[in-house]
Amino acid sequence: MSVAAAPGMTVAIPARHRVARRRRIVERGVLSVLACGTVLAVALLVTILGYVVVRGLPALNLAFFTQRPLPFGEVGGGIAPALFGTLLLAAVSGAIAIPIGIAAAIFVVEYRSGRFAAPVRFAAELLAGLPSIVVGVFVWAALVRTVVGHYAAIAGAVALAIIMVPIVARSVEEVLRLVPQSLREAALALGAPRWRVILSIVLPTARAGIVTAAVLALARSAGETAPLLLTALGNEFWSADLFRPIAALPLQIYRYAVSPYEDWHTKAWGASLVLVLVIGTIGLLLRVVTRQRVR
Amino acid sequence: MTRATDRAFAAGVAALAMLVPLTLVAIAVLIVIEAWPSITTFGLSYLTTTVWDPVKLVFGVAAYVYGTLVTTAVAVILAAPVAIGCAIYLTEFAPRPLRGPVAYVIELLAYIPSIIYGLWAIFVMVPVMRGVVEPALQGTLGRLPVVGRLFSGTPVGLDLLSGGVVLAIMILPILLAVSREVLLAVPPTQREAMIGLGATRWEAVSRAVLPYARPGIIGGAVLGVARAFGETMAVTMVVGNSSREIGGSLFTPGYTMASAIANQFLEADGELYFSAIVEVALVLLLVALVVNAVARVLIRRSIADRPAGAVV
Repeated sequence: MSVAAAPGMTVAIPARHRVARRRRIVERGVLSVLACGTVLAVALLVTILGYVVVRGLPALNLAFFTQRPLPFGEVGGGIAPALFGTLLLAAVSGAIAIPIGIAAAIFVVEYRSGRFAAPVRFAAELLAGLPSIVVGVFVWAALVRTVVGHYAAIAGAVALAIIMVPIVARSVEEVLRLVPQSLREAALALGAPRWRVILSIVLPTARAGIVTAAVLALARSAGETAPLLLTALGNEFWSADLFRPIAALPLQIYRYAVSPYEDWHTKAWGASLVLVLVIGTIGLLLRVVTRQRVR
Repeated sequence: MTRATDRAFAAGVAALAMLVPLTLVAIAVLIVIEAWPSITTFGLSYLTTTVWDPVKLVFGVAAYVYGTLVTTAVAVILAAPVAIGCAIYLTEFAPRPLRGPVAYVIELLAYIPSIIYGLWAIFVMVPVMRGVVEPALQGTLGRLPVVGRLFSGTPVGLDLLSGGVVLAIMILPILLAVSREVLLAVPPTQREAMIGLGATRWEAVSRAVLPYARPGIIGGAVLGVARAFGETMAVTMVVGNSSREIGGSLFTPGYTMASAIANQFLEADGELYFSAIVEVALVLLLVALVVNAVARVLIRRSIADRPAGAVV
């Protein structure tokens, strides 16, 4: 195409250049704004984790992991009962919540033709949006005041379970929907009954997602403080009794953080670091366990 | 035989699943029962009164509702643009080797418990808010005619603004994770078609990817709102915990509904005082239900608006 052949183009080209340049500038501008936002987000969040590590490390020593908290003024002491309490609460609440959550997801996805599939899904959605402190108030009224009669670890575990169920149910539901319909149909066509299809085909196919859902729920509940404040209450002493108040890391951190003592503040950072490590370990362990089962 | 097993399995699954709606109903019923003395004593005035006086036994939740709304609004206004922008950058623009690791870091940070955000906020953020951010805001935005009211008063650090900022940081990873997941789920054909027509990458993102991903992004934002509403500990630690009159300033120490419950539940003596606190939980419960219902409607509508011809 020669310039002489199209004299009108000599007017059009600069205009088109201008448009192209504007589009390029917009592209670059948007790109740098988005990049700045990303850097800001990451920097902010890394800062928080950095503080936990830097301020928490000085608190860590053998006694911190093996001893119980001491009254202010006494040197040393640790968070061992709280660490144990958090693990116990996670185990008990997980044992309650994970089967229920998975069952709810199976009910919603695999039995979706049923009359109650939609209400269960809706209820899980509403339950997920429920503030954890409201769950705490409920469990207090349902268990602490009446059935058990006093603050107890089991009440804390139930509160955590109520928080975990919708998290498990909704994430597992999403994962189950991703399992190709053709897999189910193939198994059914081979004569497998519905329960075999679900247990041997659908759940194993979705296993990675189910594990992620469970880890997410456990991690979320391990850090919950508010509902435990109204149910498990906290404890300065060792206790493995489900019907007594029990210590938990978040409760211990809270107690230390709002105290006026410098030493306890350091311990709060230390306990936070331990809590982060616990959550990380839960995630790692579950990953390792499921990988081994694959082989 | 097989049919019997099938039926038993289905019944077992159904029984476990029905615990979910049953729990929800039980929560609502029991909280209404516990709040009943307060409901009958104060009626509707409970919702409009800002007085909370355990001595004279006059209780109203309005100031707490206000605190919750303000902190949540601050949180979403601050967090949503950053989170969505960040998600767009990480899925569409960032250098490929960076995408995975950065997303991984952010995913890890979504696991940080709220009590740790609270700890960080009280010892690191609040001094900065009091010493640097709040005076700066007062010196700049505080001079403007209408907006200025938001930044009047003494910068104390322990106030509604700090509560909102810590909430913003807390909901950021969730907003980001959801938005990113949604954007990743957009079929590549959506982008390729626009790029093939000569669009720049941003044009492709803004016109083909974002409209497609909108329902999910709204869902993520609502998830953030719900979390912000119910978030208790971190806010309790920085929001000031003082139930003053509703003022226009973000620099007022306040209470959110959740922090009011956490602070007063254990020390409530007397039936009416206790019942009034449970009614705060009831209001919080109702607000949460309404927010969720509204969100569902919004998401459904956005899905219906999905551009014609989009690959589903």
